[in-house]
Amino acid sequence: MKKIEAIIKPFKLEEVKDALGEIGIEGMTVTEVKGFGRQKGHTEIYRGSEYTVDFLPKIKLEVVLPNDRVEAATAAIVKAAKTGKIGDGKIFVTTIDDSVRIRTEEKGDKAL
Amino acid sequence: MIKKLITSIAALTVFGALSLSSVHAQSTNAMAGMAMTNAPEAAAPASTDPVPDPGGIKTGAAGDAQDAGATHFVVSAPADLSDDDKKDTNKVAAYTDAKKAADEYTAQAKLEPLAVKLADTVGHNRVAVNFMWTLVTGFLVMFMQAGFALVETGLCRAKNSSHTMAMNFMIYPMGMLGFYLCGFAFMFGGFGAIGTMGGYAGLNHEITINIAGHPFGILGWKGFLLQGAGYDTAAFALFLFQMVFMDTTATIPTGAAAERWKFSAFMIYGCAIGTIMYPVFGNWVWGGGWLAQLGTNFGLGHGHLDFAGSSVVHMQGGVIALIFAWLIGPRHGKYDKNGKLVHPILPHNIPMVMLGTFILAFGWFGFNPGSTLAGTDLRIAVIAVNTMIAGSTAALATTLYVWWFKTKKPDPSMMCNGMLAGLVAITAPCAFVSAGGAAIIGIVAGILVVEAVFFFDKIRIDDAVGAISVHGVNGCWGCLSIGLFADGTYGDGFNGVAGNVKGLFYGGGLNQFWAELIGVTTCFVTLSLLSLFVYFVVEKLVGNRVSIEVEIEGLDIPEMGVPGYSGVQMDKESETPMLKA
Repeated sequence: MKKIEAIIKPFKLEEVKDALGEIGIEGMTVTEVKGFGRQKGHTEIYRGSEYTVDFLPKIKLEVVLPNDRVEAATAAIVKAAKTGKIGDGKIFVTTIDDSVRIRTEEKGDKAL
Repeated sequence: MIKKLITSIAALTVFGALSLSSVHAQSTNAMAGMAMTNAPEAAAPASTDPVPDPGGIKTGAAGDAQDAGATHFVVSAPADLSDDDKKDTNKVAAYTDAKKAADEYTAQAKLEPLAVKLADTVGHNRVAVNFMWTLVTGFLVMFMQAGFALVETGLCRAKNSSHTMAMNFMIYPMGMLGFYLCGFAFMFGGFGAIGTMGGYAGLNHEITINIAGHPFGILGWKGFLLQGAGYDTAAFALFLFQMVFMDTTATIPTGAAAERWKFSAFMIYGCAIGTIMYPVFGNWVWGGGWLAQLGTNFGLGHGHLDFAGSSVVHMQGGVIALIFAWLIGPRHGKYDKNGKLVHPILPHNIPMVMLGTFILAFGWFGFNPGSTLAGTDLRIAVIAVNTMIAGSTAALATTLYVWWFKTKKPDPSMMCNGMLAGLVAITAPCAFVSAGGAAIIGIVAGILVVEAVFFFDKIRIDDAVGAISVHGVNGCWGCLSIGLFADGTYGDGFNGVAGNVKGLFYGGGLNQFWAELIGVTTCFVTLSLLSLFVYFVVEKLVGNRVSIEVEIEGLDIPEMGVPGYSGVQMDKESETPMLKA
């Protein structure tokens, strides 16, 4: 089992969700986060004083899936979330030790 | 705990003493009035004081009937000439003319008694129109409390929203009670005849000192707890109207000291504002006191004029705001150790700010035109339009000034401050200037407020909402502008001075300007002293500023117990900025 954590631009969420749905991945968890990468923040002015906006709003998408689906899912996310401009985001893949479906108490891949 | 006990006992003692003393002084009136409804004359105090009319059944009669030019229907005989007067040929001629007119009227009245009876109804109707006007415009001004609450809360952070709203909410009853207990008596106890609403003249005790043969009205002393001489229907209408003006002043400092002012400290201030802080200067300008008398005493135009309150309401509020914001200190993290503004604190809800500004602009249609206290004074149309124009030119001037010359973006919070600055500035001159004058006054206000906002940040006075710049600075400008732009089309008889009000640009010379300058300077000095006193008393009793832990957490839960937005994240930028080491 692997977990994909994808940090994407917020307006790309619908597209990414649909792209994953098309390859059969129907479950995910989404959180609102702030972040920045090598792209720096920018400066604004309020009532005569400058302030920098470093953190930009992003969406973190988490999906846990069987090992054989990771490559297809990653490719789908990249294709849907890419704009070609800085700030498109990143994808991280980690290994998951176990999973449980709470309703039926199934474990392992059957729980995904 | 001990401090709380002492504060409460002190407050109760003051209120108790005041109420007991006034009840005792008026007890003969009250008891007699209750027992003998048919014979109010018997209940009158021993002196020749006018009889109050709480039921409203004796207010408004033939004496109030007048035409558009304020010529009265009833022509009374002129006062007899003294021996000295008889030597003045002009005075004798005037007396003869007046006596002739009075005799003619009396003869006509004998021939047409029904017309005289009708005049009673006509006079009553005129007075009724003026009552309606005063009360309804007063209701509009009361609604401005909501406007202030929304503007201030929107400009502050979400974690302080429940506290900021609560201050703006509680100031209404607190200020009102103070004004009811003694503030109104201090400010209007010597007001004299309420001319537009039936002429009741029972508020006739102004404490006056004589300096070099000139009377200096200092404080009123009648109408405490709206009892006795105060329990008259016209006096009540005057009270309501003036109370909502007082509350406008009262709510201004809550914005400047927001996000760090203890609620208990604010409550004690709330006791002080309606009782004494506002009424003193108010009496000097509107209560027949010495600033109004600058015209009759020293020939300075019509004395310090302030039609609807640029100095009495807005500048008073602005000066209190200045002192409190200065003494309470800036919000944590906004300025660095050298006083440079390093971290602006952003508003959490701009739509709320702009909605509040519109509510204020709407309420201002009660504030300015209502100050005629007469729906029959048709200058109300000019006043209303001048108000509208100044607010608009100011908003536009601010927006363009900020956009083109300052920050390269049209900042909505400055737009709102701009409109309000124009409205504040036109408040004093609204009745005395033309549309062109109003437009210019607004443009100047729009630019002044921007410079003032930047200035106060530069000297490290953290005004969370721009209250000092909007109300203090432009309240001052508004009054001074009377001395420049008053165009001589209105104001005959104001403060006892004949002739319309004329400013420098219309051939009136500088006298009116000097009167205004004396007035605004007095405002600044007096309110600074009063504010310093109140601030230090409160500091001794409960302390003014919350602890740094409370400031970081947000005042809503520690101070009020209830968050403004429970379960809803309204503001991700609510963190208190931390200074770099």
